[in-house]
Amino acid sequence: MRIHIRYFASLREALGPLESLDMPAGSTLASLRDALIASGPRHAEVLARGRAVRCALAQRLCDEGTPLVDGAEVAFFPPVTGG
Amino acid sequence: MAERVSVRHADFDLSSEVAALRAGDAGVGAVVAFVGTVRDHSSGKDVNRMELEHYPGMTEAAIDAMIDAAQQRFDIRAARVVHRIGVLEPADQIVLVAVTSAHRGQAFQACEFLMDYLKTQAPFWKKESTSEGSRWVDARSSDDAALQRWGLSSGNAA
Repeated sequence: MRIHIRYFASLREALGPLESLDMPAGSTLASLRDALIASGPRHAEVLARGRAVRCALAQRLCDEGTPLVDGAEVAFFPPVTGG
Repeated sequence: MAERVSVRHADFDLSSEVAALRAGDAGVGAVVAFVGTVRDHSSGKDVNRMELEHYPGMTEAAIDAMIDAAQQRFDIRAARVVHRIGVLEPADQIVLVAVTSAHRGQAFQACEFLMDYLKTQAPFWKKESTSEGSRWVDARSSDDAALQRWGLSSGNAA
C-alpha cells in the first residue's frame, strides 16, 4: 500500500517536505518509521529511535502502534513549540 | 459568531476579538484573554526574528478539538483562538486565547487549559534567529507538566 509522508520543521529541513513509500499490508507507523530509517543515512539519523519524533496519521497525533491504510497521509515532526 | 479558530499571518486586535466573542450574549459575566508575544531574548541570547511553521489543516482541526474538550470540561459560553504563523519580530503578538463564561473561575481555568493544551498538542514549530544564527526552539518539559495538572498526559518534550 502507498503511504504519503510529510515532514515538518527540522525534519523537513533534513529530509524535504514530502515523500511516498510502498509498505506491506498490516504495516504500522512503527514499521513505517523503521523502513524510513533503513532507507538512508540521513533518515537513519533524524528518525533514529531515541530521538523525540512525534507522528500523525490522517492529521491526528497517533502513537506508533497505529495501523496504516492504503493512501494514508502520515507526518513525522519534532516536539511542537507553538503558543 | 466568528469562527473559533484562526491560523494566519495577520496580526489581531484584542479589543475587537473580545467584542466579537461576547457580542449578542448577555449571559456572559466574565471574559478571560491570554496574549502570547515574542520575547527579544532566549537562553541568554538576543532574538531578532522568529519564524513559525505549522501543519495546515491539522493545526486548525487540533485546536478546534481542544475547544470542544474545553467546552465539555468547563462551563464556558464561547472560546476563540488566533495563532499567527510566518515571520514575527520581538514584541509581536503570537497567540490569542479568549474565553467567555457566566463567572470568572471557569473562564480563567478554560483559558489556561487551552493554552496548556495548545503548547503541547498543536502542530506549530518556532525557529529563532539570533546573532549566532537560527535554531529550532526546544520543547519544554514544564509545558508537559502544565498539561498534566489537567489529568492529561502529553509526552511532547519527552
